[in-house]
Order: sequence, then C-alpha cells, then structure tokens
Amino acid sequence: MENFGLLMEGFQVVLTPTHLAIMVIGVMLGLVVGVLPGLGAPNGVSLLIPLTFTMDPVSAIILLASMYWGALFGGSTTSILFNIPGEPSSVATTFDGYPMAQKGQSTRALTLAFMSAGIGALVGVVVITLLSTWAAGFALRFGAPEYFSVYFLAFCAFIGMGSSAPLKTIISLLVGLALSTVGMDTITGTLRLTYGLNELMGGVSFLVVVIGLFGIGEILMTVQDGLHFRGVASRIDLRDVFRTIAELPRYWATLLRSSAIGVWMGITPGGPTAASFMSYGVARQWSRPGEPFGKGRPEGIVAPETADHSAGTCAMLPMLALGVPSSATAAVMMGGLMIWGLTPGPMLFATKPDFVWGLIASMYISNIVAVVLVMATVPLFAALLRIPFAVIGPVIVAICFVGAYTVSNATFDLWLVLLFGVIGYVFSKLSYPLAPLVLAMVLGHKAENSFHQSMILSDGSLDVFWSNPLVGSIMTLALLLVIVPQVVKLIARLRNRGTLRSAH
Amino acid sequence: MKKTSITLAVAATLLSTVGAFAQWVPERPVEFVVASGPGGGTDNFARTIQSVIAQHNLMDQSVVVLNKGAGSGAEAFLYAKANNANPHKLIFGTNNVYLLPHVAKMAYTSEDLVPVAALALDEFLIWVKADAPYADAAEFIAAAKANPGSLPVGGSQSKDTDETLVALIEQKTGAEFKYVPYNGGGEVGVQLAGGHIAANVNNPNENLGQWQAGAIKPLCVFSDQRMAESDPVHGDTGWHDIATCTEAGIDISSYQMPRTVWLPAGVSDEQLAFYVDLMQKVSETPEWQEYVANTSQTGRFLAGEELSAFIDNSETSTVEVFKAEGWTAQ
Repeated sequence: MENFGLLMEGFQVVLTPTHLAIMVIGVMLGLVVGVLPGLGAPNGVSLLIPLTFTMDPVSAIILLASMYWGALFGGSTTSILFNIPGEPSSVATTFDGYPMAQKGQSTRALTLAFMSAGIGALVGVVVITLLSTWAAGFALRFGAPEYFSVYFLAFCAFIGMGSSAPLKTIISLLVGLALSTVGMDTITGTLRLTYGLNELMGGVSFLVVVIGLFGIGEILMTVQDGLHFRGVASRIDLRDVFRTIAELPRYWATLLRSSAIGVWMGITPGGPTAASFMSYGVARQWSRPGEPFGKGRPEGIVAPETADHSAGTCAMLPMLALGVPSSATAAVMMGGLMIWGLTPGPMLFATKPDFVWGLIASMYISNIVAVVLVMATVPLFAALLRIPFAVIGPVIVAICFVGAYTVSNATFDLWLVLLFGVIGYVFSKLSYPLAPLVLAMVLGHKAENSFHQSMILSDGSLDVFWSNPLVGSIMTLALLLVIVPQVVKLIARLRNRGTLRSAH
Repeated sequence: MKKTSITLAVAATLLSTVGAFAQWVPERPVEFVVASGPGGGTDNFARTIQSVIAQHNLMDQSVVVLNKGAGSGAEAFLYAKANNANPHKLIFGTNNVYLLPHVAKMAYTSEDLVPVAALALDEFLIWVKADAPYADAAEFIAAAKANPGSLPVGGSQSKDTDETLVALIEQKTGAEFKYVPYNGGGEVGVQLAGGHIAANVNNPNENLGQWQAGAIKPLCVFSDQRMAESDPVHGDTGWHDIATCTEAGIDISSYQMPRTVWLPAGVSDEQLAFYVDLMQKVSETPEWQEYVANTSQTGRFLAGEELSAFIDNSETSTVEVFKAEGWTAQ
C-alpha cells in the first residue's frame, strides 16, 4: 500500500499540461520511428537524448519513455500492413497479422494488435507498481548460469513449439548463431569471422538482417507472384473497430498467458523480442482448435502484441532498480539517466521518488495516450494499402535501404540488406523459418557470453547449470520443451503404425 | 632607421592581426565520434561535453554525436584513420586508443590519431560484497593467496583496463584470481552485488548505486593520494575515507584511466590549438565540474607536452603488463 501512495504522488507530478503535451509529442515521434523499419526505438531514443539536456529529468524520461511506447505501437502497424516489422519485437506479429490484413480485415488486425498491446502494457505497469520494491532483490540472483538458462529456454521454446520441422528450425537457429559470432568476442577479445574486413568488425547488425530478410525478401516474393501488392485494401469502418473491441474478451486466456510471459521476460533480461516469439509459440501450442495459425488467427496477433508490450514496460523495472537494462532501448535510456546525473539502482527509489514514481505514473497515462493516438492514425496507415504496388514497392525498398543505412551509417550494410533479401527469399521458398534466425542473432552473443562466463566460473563443469533450484528448474524446463513434443510425435507415429497394422 | 622601425612595428601589428584572423574555427558541423556504444562511460563523457558547449555557446558550429563502439572502440579509431586530416571529426575515447593495437591486430596504429586533451582521470578501486569477510585489501589478497585461482574477479571486456589491472595486482602481490569478463562495468557491479563474483575493480561511478544501497563496499583505491573530500555515500563513509592500495600493501601507486579527446592525424597546428582551447574552456565550466563530481572522477586537464608524457608513461607501463601476460598481438 506504500507503493500506492507513492504512485498517487507520481500522478501529481505527471498530470500537468506540459507533461501531457510531452507525452503526445513523444508518442507521435515514436510512431513515426516505429513505422519506419530500421529506424528503431533504440536509435530514435538516442537521437532524442541531446534534446533533453536542458530539460528536468522527470520531463526528459517521460519524453523518452513515451517515444518508446509509440515506437512499440508503430512497429506493429507495418508488420500487419506490409509484413515488414518496424521493430524486431513485432516480427511475431507478422505471422498472423499480415495474413489477416490480406483477407481484407486490416482494421480488425490493427485493432486487435493495439488493444491487446495496450492491455499488455497496462498489466506491465501494474506489475511494476506492485513489484518495484521487491524486484531489486530477486534480479540479483541472476548470475551467468541463470542468464544462460533463460536464453537457452528461449531457443528450446522455438525448437519445441515452432511451426516448422524441428530440424529446419535448428538449422535456421544455427545460421543465426553463426552470424552472431561475427566481430569481436567480449570474452577473449579476439576478432572472429571478419576475414580482415573492417566493416565486419562490429559484427552483423540484426536490424540490417531483419530489414533484408523481411523487407527485401518479401518484396522479391511479391514481385515473383505477379507485381501486385499482397495486401487487399479495406474500408476503414469505425464499426469494425468497436466490433473488434467487443470481440477481445473472448481471448482472455491468451491475454493473461501472454501478459505473464511478457512480464517474466521483461523483468529477466529476455526482452520484448524473445517475449513476443515465446508467447506466440505458447499460444499456438495451447489455443483451442480453430483456424490454423499463420493464416490470420486472432490469437496469433493478440499473443505476441500483449507479450511485447508487457515485456517492454517491465524492462523499465530492472533498469531502474538494478541498472540492468533488459532491452536495447532501456539501455539507451539508462545512458540518459546518467547524463542527467541520476544513478540507476536501488537507491534511486529512496533518493529520487518523484522521478521514479513520476515515470511509473506517466507509463499509465502515456500508454493510454498511445492507444488513442495510434487508433486515430489507423486510417492514415491503412490508406497506404490503397496505393498501387508499383508506387509503394519502390518506396518500401527505399525505406528499407535508408533504414538499414541509419543503423550505423555504413554503406557496407546496404550490401548486407541485399544479400539477406536473397537469403530471405530462398528460405521462404524452401519453407525454412526466418524467426529463429533473428532470435539467435539477437540472443546469440549474450547466450555465448553467459555460457563462457559460466564455464570460467565452474572451471569447465556443466554441473553449474543445475547448481541451484533457480537455474536447474529453468534448464530442465528448457530441455523438456524440446524433448516432450518429439516424444509425443513419436508415440503418435507408433500408434498410427499400430492402427494401420491392425487395420490390415 | 626610424622609418624601418616604424615599418617593422606596423608589420608586427599587421602580422599579429593576421595571426588573430588566421585562427582556425570549424567551418562545418563537428562530429563527435564516440568509441563506445550509447550509454557507456565514454558516451556520457562526450555527450556532457556536447551539452556544455551548447549551454555556453563555446562553438558556432553544431555538434553531431556518432557512436562507433564496435571492436572495443576500434571502429571509431579506424574511422579517424579513414578521415585523415579532417578537422571536423573529434574522437572520444580512453586509453584504448593507444592500447588496443597492442593486444589485437588492428588496421590502425596510435600514429593515425593526435591527442587533443585529457579532461578527467577515472579511478579504479577494489570492491567486494558488503558482507564479505575482508576488512581491508590486505586480507582480501591473503584470501586469494590461500586459494590460488579460485576467487572470481569480474571486469568489463578482456585484455582491457580491468583485466590489465587484475593482472598487475597478480604480478605485484603473487596472488592468483579467476578473471571473468563481462560486457560492461554496470553488469559487473550487479554481478558483485548478487554475490556471483568475489570482487571487481570498477570505477567509482559504475558501483556507486550498489555502494549507496549497502550491497558492496570499497577496499582501496589505486591512486597515490586519497580521493577528493565528499559527502558520506553509505553510512558515514565517503570517497575520501577509502584507503589507497599502497596504504593497504599493494604496490601499485597509481592506475587511472584518462578520458581523452583525439583528432585524425594530419590536422594543422591551428586546428589542433582550437580544440585544445575549446576543451580547456569546457573543463573550466561549473557544469563540467559537476559532471566530474557526480561521476566521482578526478578532474584534471592535460594537453600538449604534459599529455604526451602521460600517454607515453601509461603506454609503456601497460605494455609491460601485456608482455608479462603474453597478450601482445603478433
């Protein structure tokens, strides 16, 4: 209840005309940044930091945080309308969001995404409010083995629950892992797989890969299919919006489950991207039979969006309480905090309660602002669908290349986009899943580091992954996620053979 | 005779005015190239300078900050090499500028950059968990000697400042640690607070939050004198209460990391002088003093001869450690 009183004080700080205006500006900027693939939330926020030097810290963090929420929402828009994820965390939204939009239900898809995202974010803020004092202690229990077990769990969840053949998933995952090793290794300080190219020293940016695989790859597919844009225009109907909102309570189980996954992945450093993928996988596994996933099933949109936003929101908690940012954007914001003269950590809650609780209170309000604004701009973005492909296709290609260039202002990245565009096309044709590759690229480096650190700490013994109940249970769960579905399949096959035989 | 002297005087006046006019100022927006990712210590260093310049109108041209942190910052230094003699690129780093080429095969050498100034020195301390059984650094070293190679000490990156210091402690005391590299100082601080490692050698700012919260405690600082007077950080202990490591019996009188500013090699003396002057002005502002105090660094302005002497000294002594550890790149 102490937290509740502090939250009320936070609202007093936030509910001023200036701060409300800052939220609207932040969310709008975020939407723009989120819609443009490549220009993601981390870049956007870091571009904005210099503008906050003269602001007071509370206003500054509200601006940056609002931009983050806006970017998370904006990222889903292009996922659904163009099959191009604006943000890596909205990759999973493309799986069912785009097919639904293709069926002419783009309004429904967008409304589902935004509403469930809003709900996910609110769940996240409520959790932050309740847990903020307790979480600092729990997160301290995460050492290298624990971190590795969480990443391992994310990989295993993919293999066990993915839609494609497990072997194809593993291959895609391994390609991603190999790509993530390019560049300088933190642990040994040596350069790997750079072939003497200075451009490769910084590694292959996963943003560039995503833009190539999903953006250019998709364009190539579209061109082959006959030069018409694969998203049929639909009329924007407000009744559609309300009908979809009324439909939402039906997915309460998915909403709850995905929020829980998001909260967990947000607080532990899984981050929004892993959360949305995992939530999608779980939804696919546990949802009642109905329309197949990947063909525009509502749960396939609700699950990743809810988890994405609850994870994004919850990522603020370890950043404030521990100084451990669990997402790239949170890392940039933490840099801002230090510039404003604030030290993230447990003491922040004691020394700067107006800052911490002002931020938390602003998260309630700015997420509502974001839902309203993004809904209001739906017609604007959906209208894009009516533009013929001959116009929009080149524009998307241009945006992809511009986006890839802004990642690190490197011309080399433009070649990579082209290369990965072709790879994305080939993968799609051979029905290899792309998502595991992206996940492995994002988490590969961290997973490798934490594994290596664990090995140094344990003098090379794998027992360290079962050395305490926390890490042991996560590792066991991860292994079960891979093994159980295969065993179930095997039993089913044996049984089938049995019935076949008896039928003879 | 008189005429000549007048002519001379006029000429001298003219020359001096010409000199004043010839003083170089940036003609285009200046790029601040940061040798670390966003949010790191180097990034904050550059962005603080950017904000000080803006607040005090120290330069007419605008400033664009660019993060090039790949390969432990090598990306930024290679960028400097590629922009040889370009006076509109200012590179922000630490001692990594001249140390990196020694440990990894790099496509640049420290000759490709010229030092402009060092604005602050970051201190290093030995930190342990608050409830650790060591009262001072001597007891900690004794514990490490009792169990050689089993006390895990965390640090950021490998073969970088932290691991070098740990190696130096080992060489000076005969103790043996298990060095575990992490991605950055913040992460190492949290790992120590969680008890996953036994100690770290973080900079003050990287561990401040955990010390304030009473999760960890400092044992000694690697400096020839105690740190500047400060308000109590935890309980009634402040920065100035921390013993120096020499007091505690570790024979390392000084180990500091300079926050440095560089230009691509090939720029003219006037161009270099402009930035030296600019950085000096920055270092004299109250905002800069506040940043130095907030981050518990030691504010010290070094340029010209003094700076080259510092760099030479730091490079020679560190390379000695590299050689002893066998880290030098062939």
